[in-house]
Amino acid sequence: MARRLGLSLATLLCLGVSIAAGAQPSAVKPPGNEDCLACHGDAGAKAENGASIAVNAKVFSGSTHGPLDCVDCHKDLATLQEFPHPDKLAKVACAGCHDEQGAKYHDSIHSWAKEKAGLTAAAPACADCHGTHDIRGTDDAAGRVFRANIPATCGSCHQGVLQQYDHGVHATARKAGNDAAPVCADCHTSHTIQRADNDKFRLAVTAECGTCHSEVVESFRRTFHGKVTELGFVRVAACADCHGAHDILPAYNAASKVSKDNLVQTCGACHAGANESFVKYDPHPNPHNYKRSPVMWWVNRFYTVLIAGCFGFFGLHSALWFRRSRRNGGGKS
Amino acid sequence: MSTLTVEPAAGPSRLTPAPPALVHVRRFDGKTRALHVVVMTTFLVLSASGIPLLFSEARWARLLAMLFGGFHGAGLVHRAAGAILLAAVAYHVADVFWRAFVKGERGIFWGPSSMVPQPRDVRQFWQQVLWFFGRGPFPRYEQFTYWEKFDYWAVLWGTALMGAAGLILWFPEMASHILPGWMFNVALFVHGAEAALAIGFIFVVHFFNGHLRPGKFPMDLVIFTGVVPASELQHERAGQWDRLVAEGSLDALSARRPDAAAVRRGQILGTLALTAGLTIVALILFAVLS
Repeated sequence: MARRLGLSLATLLCLGVSIAAGAQPSAVKPPGNEDCLACHGDAGAKAENGASIAVNAKVFSGSTHGPLDCVDCHKDLATLQEFPHPDKLAKVACAGCHDEQGAKYHDSIHSWAKEKAGLTAAAPACADCHGTHDIRGTDDAAGRVFRANIPATCGSCHQGVLQQYDHGVHATARKAGNDAAPVCADCHTSHTIQRADNDKFRLAVTAECGTCHSEVVESFRRTFHGKVTELGFVRVAACADCHGAHDILPAYNAASKVSKDNLVQTCGACHAGANESFVKYDPHPNPHNYKRSPVMWWVNRFYTVLIAGCFGFFGLHSALWFRRSRRNGGGKS
Repeated sequence: MSTLTVEPAAGPSRLTPAPPALVHVRRFDGKTRALHVVVMTTFLVLSASGIPLLFSEARWARLLAMLFGGFHGAGLVHRAAGAILLAAVAYHVADVFWRAFVKGERGIFWGPSSMVPQPRDVRQFWQQVLWFFGRGPFPRYEQFTYWEKFDYWAVLWGTALMGAAGLILWFPEMASHILPGWMFNVALFVHGAEAALAIGFIFVVHFFNGHLRPGKFPMDLVIFTGVVPASELQHERAGQWDRLVAEGSLDALSARRPDAAAVRRGQILGTLALTAGLTIVALILFAVLS
């Protein structure tokens, strides 16, 4: 952590030197990885304050950045000639290469917490999720951002959430071998993470639920809740408001927010005065499914016939009238 | 002195007093015209503030809702307009019963000037079909034709049904004491389906029959001015005309030609309403077809 705390006076001095030296680039040969590993390759290498400064050469060469030079990231060392270099180096700017991810992160709640809200130590930057010298790609099963490892990575800070998630349907499905079941980043995204009470996020999550639960979201869209949220307004319930977020449980589980015994309380969160009769409301009706919504099925049939009949009859009526009137020379009647 | 002169029979009417050009006949009293303006206005507002939800997937839906200040504003406007429409229709129904049972007015529930469908309407519908195909004369309509009665009952029935469904959706917690929760699902469905039917019917069928058809195009001002030229009444409602002449009540109904300001008012109101209605139809067609 201390290494990441910004520029110390010494580093500023170093930078000054490097900028001056940068004027004659040919004069300076940047240190190669073997130069760095000469010191940092020692597993017991420590800084003056006792913090380990060891870099495992094997781990680094196996990481996704293995082919890179140390100075590709630690740019301020590229022009340094005096070693050992000062304790504090410039913060590595990942966005220098990963500009898209950097921009997304910049708009996220993590960046906001770190840069604006003062959670400088608690809120994560790139390395807290991706690692430093051991960075691995999303396709590498040993990496922190490999799909299956994401809950643990996020859970290293969000421990309570991880516990809830671990009990929920989605983690259960993952444990049963369903890799499509969501991990944190599926709903929250990886870099553009927003506060959970952010309107845009709440609306986007409904669509996200629909990527797997398409019929459920389709039936939700037929309801008042679904239509209002589709219009982009969030005063009404979306998926998580009834089902919970991390602690989603199937309705047959007594602990579920949507279990028979909990429905009155769950609906009552918005609808003060909700009762046993009230919760017979179906938040996912389907007028085409007789078993699920028998009355709506009949009503749907009735209106299909009524609307077709009315417009058919009067459409023909008007057409015949129009034709007759024109033959009449467009006169009266 | 009569403003009408009786001349020898000619044209479609049997008694046929050919009227002087300027004579008009009163068709709608002030109360009826006011009711129509209230129903028309609230219906347009209800349509415009309701279709963003009915067609929530349409691209214009959010924009239209924003016109009312977002979903919350649209909801407030929708409920206010709904309450006014319900009150107006309730007042009308109460008025009809008052006239029939307290004032003892005759002919409200049956007879030539009643809104109640009668065998005459079936007959006249058949005559109208024959006329469509040039197989018979234009029917000798009474005060109200069968399509006007259909309009009237559609509004009455629609308001009652949509009003009931709307109230359930407005006060679901209260409604849950009388109805099971799944009735909210049914109420929303009925409210939407009935809305689609009403919007389509009023903005297409009623607009055509009442205003846009040849002979009336672009609009019939009688509902705004309350009076119809005598010659038009005689021609379009020969049955009523003959009855009025026979009863000798034509004089009492004769009216002056509406003044220019009244006509202008009617034209502006009518144009606004027609434009708004047809715009809504266009939006719906756009949503359905895309």
